[in-house]
Amino acid sequence: MTENTGSNKIDSFHKKKNKEEMQKQLISFALMIVFTILAFVVVATGMMDKMLVIPILLILAIVQVAFQFYYFMHMKHEGHEMASAMIYGGIWAAILAVAGLSTIVWW
Amino acid sequence: MSHDHSLNPETMPHEPEKATLEGKNKFIGFWFFLGGETVLFASLFGTYLALHNSTAGGPAGNELFGLELVFVMTILLLTSSLTSVYAIYHMKNNDFGKMTLWFIITIILGFGFVGCELYEFHHYITEYGFTFRSSAFGSAFYALLGFHGGHVTFGLFWMITLLIRNARRGLNLYNAPKFYIWSLYWHFIDVVWVFIFTVVYLMGKVG
Repeated sequence: MTENTGSNKIDSFHKKKNKEEMQKQLISFALMIVFTILAFVVVATGMMDKMLVIPILLILAIVQVAFQFYYFMHMKHEGHEMASAMIYGGIWAAILAVAGLSTIVWW
Repeated sequence: MSHDHSLNPETMPHEPEKATLEGKNKFIGFWFFLGGETVLFASLFGTYLALHNSTAGGPAGNELFGLELVFVMTILLLTSSLTSVYAIYHMKNNDFGKMTLWFIITIILGFGFVGCELYEFHHYITEYGFTFRSSAFGSAFYALLGFHGGHVTFGLFWMITLLIRNARRGLNLYNAPKFYIWSLYWHFIDVVWVFIFTVVYLMGKVG
């Protein structure tokens, strides 16, 4: 393998692994761009009813954030059990905080 | 120059950011911090959602927001997230030069984002007289956006400091966790921005 004779002696197995990882990250980036454009187009053209648009926007955002966490921040890799526990704990408290604060205006 | 923890390229481990106990601790500690940051931003989002209709006769969100600028800011921050992925890719291949280059590109994109945000705030203040004190909506808006923008600005100077401090050191097991942790922080900032452009701008435009 020519890769192994370069100035950086990383073994070719890990180099290949890193490359595969990078390709997955590039695909997730492309998808994130698509989701972003989709979200803006839906709002800018006003093509859908308000009741339909808001859930769609939220779903697009959640999918994008999942890509960010699992691919860009490597949460899909092993050894991220504690990291997942922290973030899901944070998300749980976040949902309570948003639910609590935003429902105050209803009473 | 001698480094306590430096290893030559032949023995660089697969995951340099977690090869030392200090690196492992930083990794766990930083995810703990990000869990806390999630709650911090959630409280600001909750406040915004509760108060975004309380405009006190001042301008409302759908009169103020321009989607073009928000779209440019989103693309800038999302692309900077990808370029920091590239930087970490080169870190894992033990290529310090390329890692530095991609982090510099990331910083440039980040400054582009902060520049757009400052322009946006300036525009709201001078054209609409919309400030932190205009209404409850104004306070909630600037508190949420300001906290995020402050995080971006802090991240930019954090990385500049890291790059300057480690410019002559090269990559080793002492500083690899520092760069890795910064990339986690940067991705998290993008995560928050995804919810800001969705909840504040797009949902604000819809009504």
